[in-house]
Amino acid sequence: MSDLTQQEALFTYTLRLADNALILGHRLSEWCGHGPFLEEDIGVINTALDLLGRCRMLYSYAGEVEGKGRDEDDLAFHRDEREFTNYLLMEQPKGDFAYTTIRQFYADVWNLHFYTELCNSKDETLAAIARKVVKECRYHFRHNAEWVKRLGDGTEESHQRMNDAIAEASRFVNEMFEMDEVDQVMVDAGVGVDLNVVKEKWIASVDQVFADATLQRPEPEYDRSGGRKGLHTEQLGFLLAEMQYVQRCHPGLQW
Amino acid sequence: MVDQYLPLWEVFVRSKRGMDHKHCGSVHAADAEQALQYARDVYTRRSEGNSIWVVEATHIVASQPDDQEAFFEPADDKVYRHATFYDVPADVKHM
Repeated sequence: MSDLTQQEALFTYTLRLADNALILGHRLSEWCGHGPFLEEDIGVINTALDLLGRCRMLYSYAGEVEGKGRDEDDLAFHRDEREFTNYLLMEQPKGDFAYTTIRQFYADVWNLHFYTELCNSKDETLAAIARKVVKECRYHFRHNAEWVKRLGDGTEESHQRMNDAIAEASRFVNEMFEMDEVDQVMVDAGVGVDLNVVKEKWIASVDQVFADATLQRPEPEYDRSGGRKGLHTEQLGFLLAEMQYVQRCHPGLQW
Repeated sequence: MVDQYLPLWEVFVRSKRGMDHKHCGSVHAADAEQALQYARDVYTRRSEGNSIWVVEATHIVASQPDDQEAFFEPADDKVYRHATFYDVPADVKHM
C-alpha cells in the first residue's frame, strides 16, 4: 500500500495537468504578434488562450483539493522551477514554426486522448473539466494535423524543417507516458487515466497523420525525463522569470 | 508571401439557426479547410455564429460600378414593385 493519501495524489495529479497547460500556453503565446501571417497569428493565440483557460480551472481545483488557501495565482506565479511538474516538451522554446507545430501536435494528440479518457473519471470535477476541454482538444488536433501535413508534404525546405523538428522533439515523447505512484493511486481510484492506453492511441494518431505528411516517427535514441519531479531543462527558469516577474515584484497585484 | 501562396477567401457567418449567412469579412488561406479554420478563429471566437461558409474570392462574380445605370436605376420609379401596400402582422419577425 502506498503512503500517499488520495487527497495528496489528487492535488499533485491536478497540478501536473495545470502546469502542462500553463507552460505550453505561455510558450505558444510567444508567437503573439510574430505569427507567420495575420490569420495564423490569431489562430495560434486562440489555442494559447484555450490552454490558459484550462490551467485556471485546474489550478483553482488543485488549490481547493489542497485546502491550504492557495488560489490559481499563487500556484501559477509563486512557485519556483523545482516545484513545476510539467512535461519537458511543454517548456521547450518555440524554435521555428516547424518546431512549434511538432511540439504542439505531439501535445495536442496527447491531450485529445488523455482528456477523452478523463471524461470517465470518478472525480466529478475532473470529469466536468475534461468534457469541456476535450472539445477544444479536437479543434487543436484538427488545426495542427493540417499544418503537419501541409509542411511535411510541402516544399523540400518545409519537409526538411519538419524532420529536424521531429528529431529534436522525439526525446521528450516517452516522458508523457510514464506512470508513477501518483498515477497508480489515481488509476486505482478510478479517477486517473492509464497512460498506456493514451500511448497506444497517441502512436496510432501520430502515425496516421505522419503517413499523409510523408513523415516518419523515429524511435528516440534516448529519452529525457524528470519534469514531474521538478528536474527541468535549462529553458524553464527563463520562462518563469519572465512570466512571474510582475507578480513577484508586486505580490497580489490585480488588473 | 501572403499574396503569392495564400488566396483570399470571403467569409459568411450565420448568427443563429433560421437566419441567413451574412458576409462578415475575408481571410487569406492556402486551402478550403484552412480558410474554414481561420474564419472560425477570426470571426466566431466570441460566439458570433453557428455556421460558416467560405468561398474563394475569385469565384465571386460581381457587378461593376459601370453597371449602375443599366442594372439598378430602372427600378427607381416603380414603387409598385415593393410590397409596401400590405400590413405585416405584428408577430412576423425578420421581414
